[in-house]
Parts: sequence; C-alpha cells; structure tokens
Amino acid sequence: MAAKKSQQFDPVETLNAIEEKFEMFQILNEEGEIVNPDADPKLSDEDLQELMRRMVYTRILDQRSISLNRQGRLGFYAPTAGQEASQLASHFALKKEDFILPGYRDVPQLIWHGWPLHQAFLFSRGHFMGNRMAEGLNVLPPQIIIGAQFIQAAGVALGMQKRKKEAVAVTYTGDGGSSQGDFYEGINFAGAFRAPAIFIVQNNQYAISTPRELQTAAKTIAQKAVAAGIPGVLVDGMDPLAVYAVTRDARERAIRGEGPTMIETMCYRYGPHTMAGDDPTRYRTSDIDSEWEKKDPLVRFRKYLEAKNLWNEEKENEVIEQAKEEIKAAIKEADAAPKQKVTDLLGLMYEEVPFNVQEQLDIYKAKESK
Amino acid sequence: MAQLTMIQAITDALKTEMKNDENVLVFGEDVGNNGGVFRATEGLQKEFGEDRVFDTPLAESGIGGLAIGLALQGYRPVPEIQFFGFVYEVMDSISGQMARMRFRSGGSLNSPVTIRSPFGGGVHTPEMHADSLEGLMTSQPGLKVVIPSTPYDAKGLLISAIRDNDPVIFLEHMKLYRSFRQEVPEEEYTIPLGKADIKREGKDLTIIAYGAMVQESIKAAEELEKENYSVEVIDLRTVQPLDIETIIASVEKTGRAMVVQEAQKQAGIAANVVAEITDRAILSLDAPVLRVTAPDSIFPFSQAEQVWLPNAKDIVETAKKVLTF
Repeated sequence: MAAKKSQQFDPVETLNAIEEKFEMFQILNEEGEIVNPDADPKLSDEDLQELMRRMVYTRILDQRSISLNRQGRLGFYAPTAGQEASQLASHFALKKEDFILPGYRDVPQLIWHGWPLHQAFLFSRGHFMGNRMAEGLNVLPPQIIIGAQFIQAAGVALGMQKRKKEAVAVTYTGDGGSSQGDFYEGINFAGAFRAPAIFIVQNNQYAISTPRELQTAAKTIAQKAVAAGIPGVLVDGMDPLAVYAVTRDARERAIRGEGPTMIETMCYRYGPHTMAGDDPTRYRTSDIDSEWEKKDPLVRFRKYLEAKNLWNEEKENEVIEQAKEEIKAAIKEADAAPKQKVTDLLGLMYEEVPFNVQEQLDIYKAKESK
Repeated sequence: MAQLTMIQAITDALKTEMKNDENVLVFGEDVGNNGGVFRATEGLQKEFGEDRVFDTPLAESGIGGLAIGLALQGYRPVPEIQFFGFVYEVMDSISGQMARMRFRSGGSLNSPVTIRSPFGGGVHTPEMHADSLEGLMTSQPGLKVVIPSTPYDAKGLLISAIRDNDPVIFLEHMKLYRSFRQEVPEEEYTIPLGKADIKREGKDLTIIAYGAMVQESIKAAEELEKENYSVEVIDLRTVQPLDIETIIASVEKTGRAMVVQEAQKQAGIAANVVAEITDRAILSLDAPVLRVTAPDSIFPFSQAEQVWLPNAKDIVETAKKVLTF
C-alpha cells in the first residue's frame, strides 16, 4: 500500500470519523411508531405478541422477585426492569441450540431459554440445585466475575465452529464489564478465530454507581469492536424491534461464518444494582429516572401493538395473572428442595473422590447422621 | 524402548492422546507451527492439523477462557501457558472458573482441561519465568496438580491428566526437560494421579520431594549412604491430592522425615506434608520433620539462582540434623 505523502496523518480526525459512525440504531420510537421502516424485522403477529408477553411477564417477575427478596424469601437478586427489550428481544433472535453465557442480571434470558423458574429461585437462594442444568439446556449459570463470560464465549463459539454446528454463543455484560481485560480478550479471540459469537453490552449507564462516562474515553462502547476488527453496533436498548433486528443480523452473520459481532444496547435499570443494599439515589436523580421511564420498552411496544390491534388490557392482565401464579408455584417448588449438606458439597468437587475429600466426607457423614 | 528426554516424553504423551481421542485439542502461544518455545508440541500441528493444534492470540486469560468454552462443547483442551510465571494473568479462569465448574453447576458441567506449563529455576530465565507457584494451585479446591520428575513419569502422568474429567495443572520443570534420558515405552501407559513413587528405598530417613528436588534428594541420599545412612526418597508426582498412604507408610518405617521443595518456605506444599505427617504419625517420629526450601524472597534474578535454590548439599546438611536428633 502506497503511503500518502502529501498530507500528514491526523489521528484525531481518524478517531472522530470512527466515533461519528456509531449512531444509535432505532426502529420503534418512544411513541411506538416505526421510524425506520426499511429495517423493520417484520415479525409475525404471533411473534410480536409473544415478545410482548415475555416482556410483561418478566416485568412482573422482577417486581415479585424484589418483594420476595424484601420478605427474606429470595437471596441474591439483580433487578431487571428497564432492560426487558435489551434482554428479551436479543434472546428472541436466538434458537434453542445457541449457548448463553449470562452475567448475573441475565436471569430472564436463561428462563426463556428453558431454565425452570424454581431453579432460578434456588440460584438466588444460594442452593446448588439451582445451577444444575438439564441435559440439552445450552446455558451456563449466571457469571459473577465481570467479563469472565466473554473469554468463555469465545471458546464456546470456537467449539461450535469446530463441531460445524449451526449455532452461536451469546454472552452479556454491562457498561462496566466493557472495561475489563477479559472483555477485550474475548472479542479479540473470537475475532481472530472468526468464531460465531455475539457479545452484548447492556449499557445501563451505571456500573453500580460509577457512571458510564467514567468507564472510558470512548464515545461509544460499540466502537471498541473496531479495535478487535469485528462489527460493532450501537442500538436503542429500549426498542425491542431494533434489538431484535441487530441480534438476528449478528446471528446470521455468525452462522454464515463471518465471525462475531459486538452489540451495545443503550438502556437503563430502574432498580438498584442488586437488592443487597445499593441505593441509586446516591448516584442518580429522579429526573434522570423519569427521562428514561419515558423511553420504557413496554410502554412503546404496547402502543405499537395496540395500534395494530394485537394487544389490549385483557391480554396484559392474562399474562400478569399467569406470571403471578407460576411464580407462586415456583417458589413452592423451590421451598421443597432438600437442605444442602456438607456431604453434598464435598461430593461435587471431583469426579473421583480424592483421599482428602473422602476423609472429610466420612467425618461429615457421621455428623449429619446424628 | 527409546531413550527419551522429558520434553520428548511429553510430546509423545500428547501425540498418544491426540491419536486416542479426537476431542483432544492443543493450543497456546507459539505451540502450532513453532512447536512451542521448548518444542513440547513439535510436529503436532503437522500431524494433526491446524484445527486441533493451533496458536492463540497472546493473552493467557483468553487462553484459559477458551479452554473452558471448548470444554463446554465436549472438547478435552490441553492449553499451554508458555511459562508458569504468567499464570497470574489466568488465575480467574483457573481458580475462579474451571476449578469450580463441577461444583457451581451442581455437578451438571465439568472442565476436563489439562494446563501444561514450564516452571522451575536453574536455567537462567528472565523474571517471572521460573517461580514455583504450585502452592497457589494446591490451595484451590477443585484442581489436581501434577509435577513429574522423570521422562517415564511425565508420559504416564500426562496421559492420565488429559483423560481426567477434572482440571489438572501439569507443571514441567525446565531444568528436567533435557537433563537426562530414560527408557520410555512407545506404547501408551498411564500412571494414576495422586500416587507417589518411591524413587529410592531406605530405612533410616524419608525424604519427600517433587520436581527437580527429587534428583537433588537422590544425590543427597547417595552422599549420605557413604556415611552409612539408608535414605528413602519419595517423589510425590502429584502434589494435589497428596498420596498420604505412601508417605505415612514410609515414615512409620523410617521414623524420620523431611520435605524438600524448590518453592519458598512460605509457598509450595512442604508445610502441608509436615502437617499431614504430624497429624497421622507423630508417635512414629524420632525427630522433628524438617524442611529444605528456598528462602522467602522473591525468586532472584538469574545470577543469584545458584545461591538461592536448594541443592543436594543443603539437603545433606538438614538430613544430618534429622538423623542425629
């Protein structure tokens, strides 16, 4: 390649040019109007209703989980309200054979991928049976270490490529997660191997309390994909149609052998970081909250579907009732799980029990039989 | 039977298992075309193809995550960490992820990964190449940690490690790679993990060692024999889990024991071995169980290695204290 001699290379101009390219992609605006008809994924009426159903159900699940947590009936819980489009519309573009590597807030995607609700509750309560995944359920338990799932997703995707599967690995983190070394290593590895992975960064504006602008000098998180040589997309994470469309496209590219994609979903969590004492009023104002509430994914999708005569109050109430009943039943099922014993825990360490573990198993077996 | 160095025995083991099981994948930094910086993977890419033997980008954490993900797709990954001093970069993948996979998934998933990595002093490497960091690994429940001291053991242990359905850290002492040859059968054989080996029989004192310190201990035993002391040398081979039975049987026979490790006194596994002996055989002991270790400084720059690393002379000196207590 012949170098240009006539003019100086301007790195600032190059950066600006790249950053300007990352505009937020939207299909459905806050009023529930299609603003980008060419990009409309044209989901069937049934699919549109199903996606709405899942979002309503998950909003109820979030409300119930928070109240169960306050009653002391659930343990660790990371609220999801506000992120329904980001979580469920991206998941809606996946297939059963796709493998999900979730962060700890990504319980809803696992549930809609087939993780039984009572197991999600057991996970929340800190019971190992929650994480015992059924054969054929292609998920990992929620990851606690921010970013670890990104490098593992590269591995799952490479494995799928080697096995010649028509499937992708999908992983989620947040804006804070995009600062981790593993985030870069994950997208870089997947890019280098052209592995079928989708990396989703749910930019909900705060990593616990640290605002997005303190995470990085980058104008968008999506542009970080450029450094790994993979496509990056910035999408309105409160817009279910846009999130669905970009995830579907990323999946199709991956299946075609064109490698991974990184997606930044611009969204917001209404609740605290987790239910373990985080107080969002310490780092954001109610003005910011209400600004984001205007963008609510359920509100705009409801408007859109109502205008198409696909949704009404009756349908919504049906879903709400169904969700409440299923949650009640799942809590009951979780209550019935046997208490964990030290012998259970020791028994989960190795396939073949080594000497030191066996010795301790014998001691605890005797204790537990008393 | 062929006379092989330890590095050749390791290549042989990899080749054997790659032939046996098409799910075995070998990858890491420079392991493909280049055959690894020590040539442990020499010829493997040519024989088994780029799909099964491949170079990765230069990032240890990424290599660890890749191994976990590939294992979730049914593969049996054998990644190489180019030097074990680089393990800090991949600690989360090892201790935070693979060691806990079986546990945290309620037994529904596992991580049958074997991480191979060179370590050990005496070969004048730059910083962070030689440290004995096995103690970091042995303090993590969920891992197995293997350190061979001979070419024969290296082949049999590596085959067992690869077949194991739990994560195994397989540490290869650089000084032993080409220091001597030994007869190694061409056919496959396994040495069970968690089983020590009595490398030299004796009745007056038990020396428990692993890695390069096994050879130093044997040298010391030969010195001591000149003074009519009969010294038994146990090679742990697997440092997690420990072969308590072999250790205790020997100590009950000799009544005197010491542990030798190349790691610093506060690191490694010697303290653990001593505790196991006093727990289980204190009434058989005629003397305190002493340790020969490196001092508790950072692993030195290469010029100071020879004054820092424990050697046969140090072992003889401490052995005499135990023998004459």
